Amino acid sequence: MEYHEKTPIEDARKYKLGDVIYITGEMILARDEAHKKLLDEGAPINLKGAVIYHCGPVVTKKNGEWKVVSAGPTTSIRMEIFEDEFIEKFRPAIIVGKGGMGERTLKALQKYGAVYTAYTGGCGALAAERIKGVKNVYFLDELGIPEAVWVFKVEEFGPLVVTMDAHGNSYYDNVDEKAKKNLDAILAQI
Amino acid sequence: MIDEIVEAIRRAETELSEDTVKALKDAYEKETNEMARTQLKAIIENFTVAKKGSLPMCQDTGLQTFFIDMGYDFPYRAELKNAITEAVRRATKEVPLRPNAVHPFLHKNSGDNTGRFVPYIHWELREGDDAVIHVIPKGGGSENMSGLYMLSPGVGIKGIKKTVIEHIFRSGGKPCPPTIIGVGIGGGADLALTLAKKAAILRPVPSRHEEKFVAELEDELYEMANKLGIGPMGMGGDTTVLDVHVEYAHRHPATLPLGIVTQCWANRKRKVLIDSNGHVEVV
Repeated sequence: MEYHEKTPIEDARKYKLGDVIYITGEMILARDEAHKKLLDEGAPINLKGAVIYHCGPVVTKKNGEWKVVSAGPTTSIRMEIFEDEFIEKFRPAIIVGKGGMGERTLKALQKYGAVYTAYTGGCGALAAERIKGVKNVYFLDELGIPEAVWVFKVEEFGPLVVTMDAHGNSYYDNVDEKAKKNLDAILAQI
Repeated sequence: MIDEIVEAIRRAETELSEDTVKALKDAYEKETNEMARTQLKAIIENFTVAKKGSLPMCQDTGLQTFFIDMGYDFPYRAELKNAITEAVRRATKEVPLRPNAVHPFLHKNSGDNTGRFVPYIHWELREGDDAVIHVIPKGGGSENMSGLYMLSPGVGIKGIKKTVIEHIFRSGGKPCPPTIIGVGIGGGADLALTLAKKAAILRPVPSRHEEKFVAELEDELYEMANKLGIGPMGMGGDTTVLDVHVEYAHRHPATLPLGIVTQCWANRKRKVLIDSNGHVEVV
């Protein structure tokens, strides 16, 4: 299935592994430091039904306006230590990153009805093309550009592939299992 | 020459090298896995948009790295280091690049991609009076998937093959596959890794070593790596590596160093050619 969604997202339980989503509306950027900060101090905006993006962008400021130059996903597994608590506390609907996440996040996705989606790693320019502006930025002075909480205005941001759904399924488990079998077969022939 | 080095950095960051463009398009044509095709299509769209808009193709614009291949009689050798450092500062503002130079103890980002030992410059000398500067900014995600294995010589070529394939398996989707794998065999620990980095990045994709038995090893590793089924971004598929390049040095009788360097699909590289008359060209 292909979905073209507007934020906030009301029902993330409908998405299945392999579904492709394009987002129009807002995406909120949060990496390691931002997760920690929001968990410690609370979020400056309502994150219910939000799309959270693991990303440290390249941005420039021209004539007082932020311009997003390149903004692909960062490796999500680093956020595994925060994400379950983050989902429980703020109830976002879609997490966007690369490489997938672990067992703790998968359980939280199931419990609170959210999904994890993968955006193609390295595709910073393509992402920037779909980012139409910066609505706001929080904690910029304290955390710096890559770690600040950016609120991006986006149009048809994607393709986001659902790789961990709200029913306890992880696409990565299937790929890993197959790859392990392939590895054993290859090693046996060397 | 500073202008030309800035230009080479800009082109490396915003225009994917032609060989890699072709390799990725060929992979898309051949790929049979639907998920993998979605990923490869996004990558192709991405480098097309990056080139058109002169935007860095990836937001991780890398650690600024330069391999210099220089003649003994190159007359401008004393200027190169300062020119490169200045070019990196300018490129950081002009391209722009993400500031990626952090003090390991103080956690402070220098803000301009320079600092202690960076930009990293690797020098090699040869006969002649010209210089080639390889401009190869390298992303952190793929660099994290480097490996050094000090094997027992007794494990032989079989042991090397197993270690390389297990390494690619463990790397999974983390280095942003489809990747280019550089394998350095022999020398000492540092030389094995240097050979691996040169093999991964400086050689065209695809290409084969001039010595037959090395070329055959490359073919075999390439076939095996793509049988793993890790696929683009580790989401399954036929395309895990775009190529495998092997280089070797003679080894100490008691050691068998194996260096592995992984390059992401964003295989960023340009060359600055400078002759003895000061004529500079970016290719």
